[in-house]
Amino acid sequence: MKPFRLVALVVGLLALPWLGGQALAGETTIAVAANFTDAAKEIAAAFKQKTGNDAILSFGASGQFYTQITQDAPFQIMLSADTERPQKLVQDGRGVADSRFTYAVGKLVLWSKDPNLVKGEETLKGASFAKLSICNPVAAPYGAAAVETMKSLKLYDTLKPKFVEGANITQAYQFVATGNAELGFVALSQLTGDSSGSRWMVPQNLYAPIRQDAVLLKKGAGNPAAVAFMSFLKGPEATAIIEKYGYALDTKS
Amino acid sequence: MGVLTPEIWTAIELTIELALAATVILLLIGTPIAWWLARSAAWWKEGVATIVAMPLVLPPTVLGFYLLVVLGPDGPGGAVARLWGARTLAFTFTGLVIGSVIYSMPFVVQPIRNAFEAAGERPLEVAATLRASPTRAFWTVALPLAQPGLFTGAVLGFAHTVGEFGVVLMIGGNIPGKTEVLSVAIYDFVETSQWREASILAGGMVVFAFAVILCMTLLQKRVARAGE
Repeated sequence: MKPFRLVALVVGLLALPWLGGQALAGETTIAVAANFTDAAKEIAAAFKQKTGNDAILSFGASGQFYTQITQDAPFQIMLSADTERPQKLVQDGRGVADSRFTYAVGKLVLWSKDPNLVKGEETLKGASFAKLSICNPVAAPYGAAAVETMKSLKLYDTLKPKFVEGANITQAYQFVATGNAELGFVALSQLTGDSSGSRWMVPQNLYAPIRQDAVLLKKGAGNPAAVAFMSFLKGPEATAIIEKYGYALDTKS
Repeated sequence: MGVLTPEIWTAIELTIELALAATVILLLIGTPIAWWLARSAAWWKEGVATIVAMPLVLPPTVLGFYLLVVLGPDGPGGAVARLWGARTLAFTFTGLVIGSVIYSMPFVVQPIRNAFEAAGERPLEVAATLRASPTRAFWTVALPLAQPGLFTGAVLGFAHTVGEFGVVLMIGGNIPGKTEVLSVAIYDFVETSQWREASILAGGMVVFAFAVILCMTLLQKRVARAGE
């Protein structure tokens, strides 16, 4: 291939997504906490149907997204799994202050593929298992909630040697789903439509509510599609989906 | 060393142990494979060579996913683990060694195979005329001649295991002292906004990588000059 043609090809390929973006109605890029994966996909589909806009979703741990956003990642909205990181983003001047709200309150579940293993907190007290899967308690709020639960039950120190840690809640789920860990703390949302195994809904008095906040980032403030998604997320279609996936809604606002 | 917490030291020790274990096993398995690849006339040998080289191209997630299933309680790894009463080889040092051996194999086999091929048939034929048995010729002629290749393979295997991340992340479970190696510790520090610790470790890795590659290049030059 002649050098000129090669350059033209490369330039063409580079311009392609940009041109595509111009041609479509509108799109917004969203960082989504891993626990909200399935619900977010369904909300994005409903959003597309209603407004014609595309919501392009990236899934990961909230901590990872926070770090990436402070380094100018091209996200316009963050659906975090906690309240601190959106708050910090606002303080950093990267989030739009009055856009922050709690879109869902997460529920923690102790889950096993073995239908006879998980009976309740006595399962944790009995500790007759080799590996307990959690997600990174510093990076992911569900990991922090799991640790808090075990601390409330005064079992943290006994159980700590049995921990295996996923980088995010999806990985914590994966370790249990592949049977590599007998049981683990996962998000109720991950078990939607799955009645297999045994589970224990961790009572709310054992851990602080996992309030998950959304924030519009400065990069999305000027994008009508991003602003539209934020209000769609508060609307009845979205909240119905959120509840369907086992989340509670914020009672305060 | 005040900046290096005990946690970081544990990760450094573990990484070195893992890389050493993987390198020893890689040399033990990789050398016969390389020998066979260099000498065999089998029509399907390039197929084997391709399988060995595949981790160069495959994303670590592919290996990580397969290993998670294979090492797990429903796979052969679980059957092995049951021999000593465990359920799975994932989240264990053994599991990481298995993953590392597969993942770093091409980096060890390739240079050793090249060294065997470069030495050629001639020295072995001479050894045979001097009544050396094929086994003896292998140990006293072929292996010493391939020494630079063995060295390169060992260093690359060690370095590549130190630099491994994706597979360990997927099958490790991040257990301090067992599966939390340096690359995963750095990832954790970055995710949890502990940038000071992250930059100390990351800087150390940069120096390590530079030193390894520089040493390799200088050594190869010396060997080339000695061969002239």
